[in-house]
Amino acid sequence: MNKLTSAEEALSVIQDGMTVGIGGWGPRRKPMGLVRTLLRSDARELTIVAYGGADVGLLCASGKVKRVVFAFVSLDFMPLEPAFRQARERGSVEVTEIDEGMMLLGLRAAAWGCPFIPTAIGLGTDVIKNAPEIQVIESPYDNKDWVAMPALNLDVALVQATRADASGVCEIASPDHYMDDWFVRAATHSIVSIDEVVESEYFQNPDVARKVFWERNCIQSVVLQPGGAHPTSSDPLYGFDVPHFKRYAELINEGGFAAWADAFLGSDEVAYQQSVGGLDAIKALPLPVY
Amino acid sequence: MTFSLAELMICAASRVFDEDGEVLATGIGLLPRLAASLAMSTTNPDLMMTDSQAFMLSKPNPVSGLTDHNAQASENWMGFSRIFDNVWSGARHALVGPSQIDRFGQTNISALGGTYGAPKIQLLGVRGFPGNSICHANSFFVPQHSRRVFVEGECDVVCSIGYNPARLPRGYSFEDIDIRQVITDLCVMDFSGPEYRPRVVSLHPGVALDEVRDNTGFDVLVDDALPLPETVMPTTEQLAIISQLDPKNLRSKQLKGDPPGLRLPEREST
Repeated sequence: MNKLTSAEEALSVIQDGMTVGIGGWGPRRKPMGLVRTLLRSDARELTIVAYGGADVGLLCASGKVKRVVFAFVSLDFMPLEPAFRQARERGSVEVTEIDEGMMLLGLRAAAWGCPFIPTAIGLGTDVIKNAPEIQVIESPYDNKDWVAMPALNLDVALVQATRADASGVCEIASPDHYMDDWFVRAATHSIVSIDEVVESEYFQNPDVARKVFWERNCIQSVVLQPGGAHPTSSDPLYGFDVPHFKRYAELINEGGFAAWADAFLGSDEVAYQQSVGGLDAIKALPLPVY
Repeated sequence: MTFSLAELMICAASRVFDEDGEVLATGIGLLPRLAASLAMSTTNPDLMMTDSQAFMLSKPNPVSGLTDHNAQASENWMGFSRIFDNVWSGARHALVGPSQIDRFGQTNISALGGTYGAPKIQLLGVRGFPGNSICHANSFFVPQHSRRVFVEGECDVVCSIGYNPARLPRGYSFEDIDIRQVITDLCVMDFSGPEYRPRVVSLHPGVALDEVRDNTGFDVLVDDALPLPETVMPTTEQLAIISQLDPKNLRSKQLKGDPPGLRLPEREST
């Protein structure tokens, strides 16, 4: 089955009010091209689930988001994400704030068709106080409290992979695939953005096949967007763009979403990449060292 | 021998890992990471540590001057999903820097002031604090000891469980919660007072107990056997290893003004 399509066509499945999960972690390997296409669309009232960075910040700032399910929103080297911070301090988004591990459990519950997974995480903290939708339950096996972390069922998952073939076999060549496997398994419909497209024979190398973290039937659309993770990293191809993130923070702090969108969003990804110096400049971004 | 306050704090903080055995040591932030790396390089070589990216190391990476991850002493893949397998097993000790800490040892990195729906200042979010606090040992690192950090009431957003009887879950006792030490720029504290109340363990050279009390929003206990011990000073060997772990001396940029570890006498104004 050929799943290669355009970002616009792939994202047309997203309806108002849907729950959208976004893979990656903070400033690392985010499907930013898909996020920008979503920003250019009419979709609204979305619930976003993510280990958040500028993806969550921009979507909140654009007014498309009703609720964010998050453990953090951060650019790592810049601890506080400016657009998310603005949205929170204005009270313009609802939130379900959970622990990083609870998010993993919620995605697994969704993937496995369980209504919840019991965990001790969250006990004694404001996580369970501020999220009344998360219940504390009795166990049939001991006399202790347990948090029933509910399934985070996703309508759509957006992830960024290094390479894929047309059928949706995806390689993540980066050091970490984060929780991307659980995002696509938790979703009804998953869209992968890739830097490079390959023939299926590419995966006959067992070292490459080891870097495939889910099966092709988890993926419904494959979007080829070289440089599509910018300004986040797509290790080993390119790092995240620190100067761009600094400019992004200035624009958001000075003039909010409109200032950033006027400077960078453009009408499509060709325009976007021109505004940030072109694909060659993206590919030359150094890999981060921790 | 001269040393900076940052180096004194690194050495004091490294001691929290001495008796840990074979657990994952996670220091978040440059000085906590140096503290964990120093412990692994000296007093507890059994410690486990990651490269802060996706691999476990048999030898800590330097915190500055590293140009790539290719030549590091990797042991095994340790991506973020696998970190949680470790966290939930309990075999971890995290050294982290909360924005607020209260008398129960509860902490906050989520948001400050305002309402929960619209906080005055949005910080990071709870991150992994709830899970860390109920699963494994935690110590805290506070670069500037003040009443803004050590708050009078409860934290604005309680991100980690502490020794608060009102929040103790059914079936749990305080023995299930493992808060080790708090290292600040003034002193070392723990929660080993009666009913797990906060206690001063040692004062840094030249610091008076009153200064700690003036800058803490809650009561801190001291053992009856006065005077309080002085925080142990770095050895020449420790300082040499710290220099190797931080060749670019980024540690000198972490505390405002990079104060010396031995306080200079107050100068008379003329």
